Amino acid sequence: MPVLEPIVELARGLWTTLRSMAEKPVTVQYPEQKRPVKPRFRGRHVLKRYDNGLEKCIGCALCAAACPADAIFVEASENTDEERYSPGDRYASTYEINMLRCIYCGFCEDACPTEAIVLGDNYELSFTDRREAIYPKEMLLEPVPAGGAPTPQKTEPGKFTRSVPEMKDPAD
Amino acid sequence: MTLANVIEWLVKGLVWVLILLGGFAYLTYYERRALARIQVRVGPNRAGPWGLLQPIADAIKLIFKEEFMPARADKLLFTLAPIITLTPALVITAVVPFGPESASFQLFGRTITWYIADLNVGVLYIMSIASIAVYGIVLAGWSSNNKYATLGGLRSTAQMLSYELALGLSFIAVIVLANSTRLLDIVEAQKGMWFAVLQPVGFVIFLIATLAEVNRAPFDMPEAEQELAAGYHSEYGGMKFALLFMAEYDKMIAICTIAASLFLGGYREPWFLRDTVLGVDQTPWLGPLYVFIKVFILLFGMIWVRATWPRIRYDRLMAFGWKILLPLSLALVFLTSIGMLLAEQVNPLYQWGIPLASLAAGFIAILGMYQTLRRKEYARA
Repeated sequence: MPVLEPIVELARGLWTTLRSMAEKPVTVQYPEQKRPVKPRFRGRHVLKRYDNGLEKCIGCALCAAACPADAIFVEASENTDEERYSPGDRYASTYEINMLRCIYCGFCEDACPTEAIVLGDNYELSFTDRREAIYPKEMLLEPVPAGGAPTPQKTEPGKFTRSVPEMKDPAD
Repeated sequence: MTLANVIEWLVKGLVWVLILLGGFAYLTYYERRALARIQVRVGPNRAGPWGLLQPIADAIKLIFKEEFMPARADKLLFTLAPIITLTPALVITAVVPFGPESASFQLFGRTITWYIADLNVGVLYIMSIASIAVYGIVLAGWSSNNKYATLGGLRSTAQMLSYELALGLSFIAVIVLANSTRLLDIVEAQKGMWFAVLQPVGFVIFLIATLAEVNRAPFDMPEAEQELAAGYHSEYGGMKFALLFMAEYDKMIAICTIAASLFLGGYREPWFLRDTVLGVDQTPWLGPLYVFIKVFILLFGMIWVRATWPRIRYDRLMAFGWKILLPLSLALVFLTSIGMLLAEQVNPLYQWGIPLASLAAGFIAILGMYQTLRRKEYARA
């Protein structure tokens, strides 16, 4: 009966909402429960290490040059065999990223010749102070892998001679 | 009237007001939880176990907020308006009985009954207090010196006036059925059968009109967010806003208690449990529990409707009130009176003609709605 149609429609609406009460809530209880991020998610930066513990970053500052937001500051120093941080000629003695400026574009990843900087999974960046927004190298550097030694390392002379370390697959 | 009498009223009134205030706080929690479940969410669950302290956290936040007043607002009325809105919402339920006379108990040598005032014109009292509530809303809108707030207040008045007629007429059907305006008599008259069954369409009209009266969705025109910001309480913040909010939710509770008393047998058990142990005559203390359960279910209905139906357009709201609800409720008054007259004079079975006639009238009203309120063919294209 077309006359009763509006009433039937109203009742159908009520039935739909009542039925949805029986569904399982989609809410994720965030601080306790976390959803894994997508594989290409761009979160907070991580400075990588080699398996032996040496830092991948050679302090070239190409990331700082590539950064459209000018968020990265790199200061390089010379490596010596007595105090070696990276396999190259130089290493980053200061590496700072201002997380208030960073736009998480990932250009730094693309610019890096040694794949030292990678945008990781961490999205829980909060600070109460502008100064805290500047992440120093200690916060960005990943922990020393198992079997590796912390930097600076003492290495035998003549082992690391290249200014940019050799990469197995540069197209990687 | 002795001093002891006055003290008894004061204490009872205070207890009931405190129950209403606590009820308001937990009604907001109930609504947020129920709405969340309907929207496949969880709702507030952080403050305390199952989020039960959420209303308290909200209250603390509102109390400590800055008292803000628009520069060119009418200061006196701006402050008075929330109070004027809240007071009727608190006093309206004074005449509603929460338990039978047999559930009265002795305290300090006095018989304490389960109602605050036993008024023999209880229904009239409810009607008159219900209409006062709109003053506060209009004054809140007008004194804010804000055009959206004023529009919200004006809409509220128009809506209240239009739906109060239907509401009053649905009250008259109940008065005719119970042959009394005293709420205790009305509740006791539903011993055999609830008035919601005897007068189903009257009950539906009552529910629709009260939704409009307390400005709840789908009749929340005075605070239509998309058009009027927040309507009459746009300029209110902190505790003044909390008072307006409290008035709105206390009105919901009040109206549900009244609906339970007038149509769903108040503190009486469902009619089919009359001669069992669950009957109020057998176990009198079940009365307040029945009222609570009925109010709880009716409140869920209000929340459910809010979660489902979209807001009705303003002109349709007016057309629905004046063209459909008013004639229909008037017809119901006549049908109920005729039915009662026949039942008394000829045969009590004629009483069952009332629900049939009521449903027939309701169908005719739907037909009228289809004729006048439907979007016309030329507008559909």
